[in-house]
Amino acid sequence: MNFKRCKLKRLDGQNPSYEKNKIMLKINNIHAQVGDNKILKGLNLQVKPGEVHAIMGPNGAGKSTLGNVLAGMEKVQVTEGSVDFLGKDLLELEIEQRASEGVFMAFQYPVEIPGVNNMYFLRAALNAQRKYRGESEMNSSVFLKLVREKIKMMNMRDDLLRRPVNEGFSGGEKKRNEIFQMSILEPKLAILDETDSGLDIDALKIVADGVNQLRNADRSFIVITHYQRLLDYIVPDFVHVLADGKIVRTGDKSLALELEETGYGWLDK
Amino acid sequence: MSELLKKQKNVEVHKRVNQSYKDGFVTDIESDTFPPGLNEEVVRAISAKKQEPQWLLDWRLKAYAKWLTMELPDWAKLKIPEIDFNAISYFSSPKSDENAPKSLDEVDPKLLETYAKLGVPLHEQEILAGVKRTKVAVDVVFDSVSVTTTFKKELKKVGVIFCSFSEAVKDHPDLVKQYLGKVVPIGDNYFSALNAAVFSDGSFVYIPKNTRCPMELSTYFRINEMNTGQFERTLIIADDGAEVSYLEGCTAPMRDENQLHAAVVELFILDNAKIKYSTVQNWYPGDEEGKGGIFNFVTKRAACNGVNAKVSWTQVETGSAITWKYPSCILRGDNSRGEFYSVALTNNYQQADTGTKMIHLGKNTKSTIISKGISAGKSHNTYRGLVRISKKAEGARNHTQCDSLLIGKNCGAHTFPYIECSNSTAQLEHEATTSKISEDQLFYCKQRGISEEDATSMIVDGFCKEVFKELPMEFAVEAKALLDISLEGAVG
Repeated sequence: MNFKRCKLKRLDGQNPSYEKNKIMLKINNIHAQVGDNKILKGLNLQVKPGEVHAIMGPNGAGKSTLGNVLAGMEKVQVTEGSVDFLGKDLLELEIEQRASEGVFMAFQYPVEIPGVNNMYFLRAALNAQRKYRGESEMNSSVFLKLVREKIKMMNMRDDLLRRPVNEGFSGGEKKRNEIFQMSILEPKLAILDETDSGLDIDALKIVADGVNQLRNADRSFIVITHYQRLLDYIVPDFVHVLADGKIVRTGDKSLALELEETGYGWLDK
Repeated sequence: MSELLKKQKNVEVHKRVNQSYKDGFVTDIESDTFPPGLNEEVVRAISAKKQEPQWLLDWRLKAYAKWLTMELPDWAKLKIPEIDFNAISYFSSPKSDENAPKSLDEVDPKLLETYAKLGVPLHEQEILAGVKRTKVAVDVVFDSVSVTTTFKKELKKVGVIFCSFSEAVKDHPDLVKQYLGKVVPIGDNYFSALNAAVFSDGSFVYIPKNTRCPMELSTYFRINEMNTGQFERTLIIADDGAEVSYLEGCTAPMRDENQLHAAVVELFILDNAKIKYSTVQNWYPGDEEGKGGIFNFVTKRAACNGVNAKVSWTQVETGSAITWKYPSCILRGDNSRGEFYSVALTNNYQQADTGTKMIHLGKNTKSTIISKGISAGKSHNTYRGLVRISKKAEGARNHTQCDSLLIGKNCGAHTFPYIECSNSTAQLEHEATTSKISEDQLFYCKQRGISEEDATSMIVDGFCKEVFKELPMEFAVEAKALLDISLEGAVG
């Protein structure tokens, strides 16, 4: 019993190494390619707990690749650089280990898994992560309670839970389901990959609301987006412009507004 | 991943693959086995051993003569190595069965141990004590002989007959005579003829009029002896208004040699009667090099002779080196219904050519086919189905859906649907899909913390859901576990 409590404490509390220097994610000079196509060319980024970083930039700049590097997509090959996440070498970890360490990606195109019940999927994910962290499995009644609580918070219809993962969901439902999953898995770092794409303004507001509810002093976000619009609702601490595989400008939220006016044309000059 | 880690992982995977056939043990029991070889004398000897009446011996001999004139069918998409029928022993029974055990106490304890290993709920006490939630009456066929049938007395109270085929021949000869070979005639095909000549035992079920069988009936088949074939026959009759759910499970030890299993199942469904027949087939599939494994050539057919008769075949086929099997429905009675739900999984070098035949003869007959084929490793998985609407089958309907799922790059999925329609009022629907477990699906699952192996098993389970929900509860759990085991090593 004592043993268990001790473990829980360690996980609930902060990892001492990042408590000290207060940096959660340190991306150092990352070069990455898909096939022969070099996409990231020396990208640097530091994220502290609780911060929201928006990554903007023109099509093909490497925004989604950045997310995929962090999540560990196999076809993206990192050729140079390092990523430190809470004192661990993130690039050495398997995809599922990264997830269990607290990296979550809200996908731009969430895939459908026919016949697999949404709830079942989510419980399997949660328990896989808990197992990795040395916690006991969550039984179904406790899980159900948790789900009920979060579904209210996310303003989601509960019939989506009983349906197969993303199958027959509308675009908005899929995105909302991603945020709902995030609320259950409670990651330390959430990457939102163009979560606003394909959403009308009402759906956008609901998704942003969900994200805002999950913001806290310990959880960080990397919000990848084309448009300033999303950042009206999820207000970032930093805005970075990614172009040609590098971060070329960093500012606060006013930079996003500036980009909205000027576009990305100035990058070519 | 570091090289060392990779190596360790490989060793682990290797270990698991080698362990993956959990039913592959051999039971050391003294047995009474015929020397290999097939001729008329052997047919006579089997019949004599079973003290059969003359009519049955004559029937066997007729079948044997017919078989001699036939050739191994080659139309299936299977590579069948030459089978030496003279290298097979056609009869084997555990020796302790010489005087036929009268109760469980007389059964060789080693045999009981075997079934305990297999998880067969043999002891009635155990079942009654509530270890198993639902009552299941079990008939067990070990090599060639049915060794025990449970719950006989309780079933007898409601008039249900559930016994071994041999007993049925002795105690209910009229019923056997009336139905034997009536839906699968001896000359139907090469393997049905062989079975008719040399079949050794099997199960017999009769559900009387307007009786709903009070419990699930079940048969477990086990091949134990080396170089033996297993040729059992199952005969189930549901009289007017009767209802029964029947399950069969099969396993065999791991052996390097191929072994032959050629069974025949005949179902008769009369007016307003229903039979639900579920199979979980887990014969030894051979090793990862394709060595060994059971050749499974089975003929299963149901005759819906009555009006409103209904039959439902559900099969989960994960075992056998070769599976050749087409559980079929003859829909003779008006408004009769036939259903076929199938999951067939092949891995390594396994081959499966399986499907169904729906023969619509009566008016307003309806059939449903849902087939899910999963291929992994270097295996080939074929769906072959026939829907025939005869001239008189006014208003017949069929819905067919066959889906294939591919895992990896070296396997194959094939679909051969045949439709013969001679009545313009018929409505036929056919849907087919082929899909792969996509990288995107796996990435998505892994990004949520789920391992590749668990993700694959989850996706496969989702793919099979429509069929699993047709299985009785306990079998559904077993079937899912079986798929997971069969898929081990298929990923990564």
